[in-house]
Amino acid sequence: MNNILEVLPVSNYVALAAILFTIGVMGVLFRRNAIIIFMCIELMLNAVNLLLTAFSTVHGDAGGQVMVFFIMAVAAAEVAVGLAILVMIYNNIRSVDVNELNKLKW
Amino acid sequence: MVVVSRKPVHSVLYLIFCFFTIGGHYLLLNAQFLFAVHIIVYAVAIMVLFLFTLMFINMNKESEPHKPNLLKAAATIAAGSLLIILVAVTRGTENLPSTMGDSQIGTVANLGKVLYNDYLLPFELTSILLLAAMVGAVMLGKKSVE
Repeated sequence: MNNILEVLPVSNYVALAAILFTIGVMGVLFRRNAIIIFMCIELMLNAVNLLLTAFSTVHGDAGGQVMVFFIMAVAAAEVAVGLAILVMIYNNIRSVDVNELNKLKW
Repeated sequence: MVVVSRKPVHSVLYLIFCFFTIGGHYLLLNAQFLFAVHIIVYAVAIMVLFLFTLMFINMNKESEPHKPNLLKAAATIAAGSLLIILVAVTRGTENLPSTMGDSQIGTVANLGKVLYNDYLLPFELTSILLLAAMVGAVMLGKKSVE
């Protein structure tokens, strides 16, 4: 069975992952809603996953795809705990604006 | 779209679309197992979690105060320079030697063999991590009982 990398060089996937990662970074810097910041972190993780898969297919090495599987598990755990923390923050201060969370600021 | 839409629910819907697109890329890369796991975990589980949290918090309103323009410009410039740096770093990869190996590595059987032979210990540690995350989420989520 063929795959896309026989007709399309892998550098396109490198560029796509770079763009996705940049969109994620921009979202983290741009927004103040904590939920959207979480979503942008997911976007960055997905960019890395895509790149790992592309290179693992190029080299014919299954280790990269196993690593993507582990990254997905860690991302799921992180989202579960993070959203629980967000709900608790919302219950306490009635807002998910990250600028409100400045109690630790010096 | 995920970044610029005002309502958080629209952001989540755009992100679901984006995840399905990435899943399509996995399929094109001949990684069927990752495609299935990606659709199940990201496009369904995590997104349902996000939507449920949004519904719970009930913040589908556009009252989010935006950052001042100076900070917006700074964020845009920082992200743009990051993109430029990333593209510049990966400039020389256009003609990588494409050593196309065995194209069947993405199947469930092959990945299962690798996962349970070479990566057995990380697999078990991942299960412990997921258990800890589940306990933590339940602990945080429930009302404090005194």
